[in-house]
Amino acid sequence: MSERPLPRVDEESRGYWEAARRHQLLLQRCRACGAYRHHPRAVCPNCLSSEVEWVVSAGRGEIYTFTVTYQNQSPGFAGRVPYVLAYVLLEEGIQILTNIVDADPAEIRIGQAVRVCFEDLAEEISIPVFRLL
Amino acid sequence: MSFAGGIAVVGAFEHPTRFAPNRTAYQIAAESARGALADAGLTLADVDGYATSGVGPMGVLSMCHHLNLQPDWVDSTNIGGSSFVAQVANAGAAIQAGLCTTVLITYGSTAASDRFAVGTGGGMSGDPTDAFVLPYGPTIVGAYGMVAQRHMHEFGTTAEQLAEVAVTMRNHAALNPRAKYRNRITVEDVLASRMVSSPLHLLDCCLISDGGGALVVTSAERARDLRQKPIPVLGSGQAVRHSGTGHRDLVDIAARQSGAHAFAQAGLVPEDIDFCMIYDSFTITVLATLENLGFCPMGEGGPFVENGAIGLGGRLPLNPDGGGLSSNHPGMRGIFLVIEAVRQLRHEAGDRQVAGARTALCHGTGGWLGVMHSGATLILGEG
Repeated sequence: MSERPLPRVDEESRGYWEAARRHQLLLQRCRACGAYRHHPRAVCPNCLSSEVEWVVSAGRGEIYTFTVTYQNQSPGFAGRVPYVLAYVLLEEGIQILTNIVDADPAEIRIGQAVRVCFEDLAEEISIPVFRLL
Repeated sequence: MSFAGGIAVVGAFEHPTRFAPNRTAYQIAAESARGALADAGLTLADVDGYATSGVGPMGVLSMCHHLNLQPDWVDSTNIGGSSFVAQVANAGAAIQAGLCTTVLITYGSTAASDRFAVGTGGGMSGDPTDAFVLPYGPTIVGAYGMVAQRHMHEFGTTAEQLAEVAVTMRNHAALNPRAKYRNRITVEDVLASRMVSSPLHLLDCCLISDGGGALVVTSAERARDLRQKPIPVLGSGQAVRHSGTGHRDLVDIAARQSGAHAFAQAGLVPEDIDFCMIYDSFTITVLATLENLGFCPMGEGGPFVENGAIGLGGRLPLNPDGGGLSSNHPGMRGIFLVIEAVRQLRHEAGDRQVAGARTALCHGTGGWLGVMHSGATLILGEG
């Protein structure tokens, strides 16, 4: 389906990618100190606790910053330019690196409200991306 | 902890090549070692410490093999293009701790003749974070572009102000016979060059060249008997920035932390610095670095670089060699920051000499500014 680089699913990230396959965006929250974190990690970098829970993100946020990429020679992207790479600040206070899709790159602005959707890259792999509201 | 002038750079050599399809990276490093040791009045037999970076996962071993070195101390720090700036301080610490006496630092790269797409090729390592980055098509230019976009949004920085950095670097390169690009450009030229990753145009981006260089670091005591006027290390610092648990202020960069350490060690403030060598991977890198080092308030980097302030004869001359934007950039430019600072502090920089240069600040940024990056600062004196 795609020659784009696929995320490598490992023991620390499996829950995230299994949810993404169901088109659900998960964040991790530490049961000990309550801090959210992204990307997923087995050990909390705040308090070093291993007690962790998955929380379903509301999937809403705003564009913190972005760049419209016009040149990328690597496989899977050379034919996709221009595309929008962005950090979205989720309502949960977490920034996530992503793409803004289905939008005219010229219309993108910092602060615009966005909502999560999913791009299916392979049979078992979908990644969260965002659309303008 | 400080070096208190007890550590000095005594040899420096920049390989003259900018395109070397008939050389290997190891050869460029070896030729640079020859140049720096000759500059210092030393031989390979005097080297008991060795550092390099960017030549593969165990490149320091391969380079020791290549130069037939069996040193008492090695350093293969790889924090991106700032590595060599950090290694000068690491070498100083090792010498002060008595682990070795004379450290050779080399770099060699054939990025241009290998046609390696340094800035627009994607691809990081095998880190856990890659899974959350690579599927979205990041490039180095894009990672810096996101910082530039945020900087414009928060502070009103303009594309013209960013372009001013590129124009100034080209003016300096015109005075450097070895610089890769020496034809003068205007702000309009920069804005008219094609967009690579917004808001960064082609001429906002450093060039890609082949090249290399080498440095020799030793104690101030040993430096007294050597050929060149020693250039003392007055202060240093290292730092990193990343998105942590998902929180990052993109205009807060590692230079804030590494610079504060370097100034404190040296007992200096920004006003004491006569000129800067700042890793100009992109025009935005220069603005963000100047602000975070404290040369101007946050957000005022744009106005700061206008009206020739960072040009020769300006209030803070920056990269008189023409920088990575116009002189050379084989992928990891940190070593050239120190080499040019040494040439300037010896007052041997010819047409591009900074008048009265007595104190220099070098700052290297390594990695991807908007994703994860390192900063290494070095303050050098006149000796």
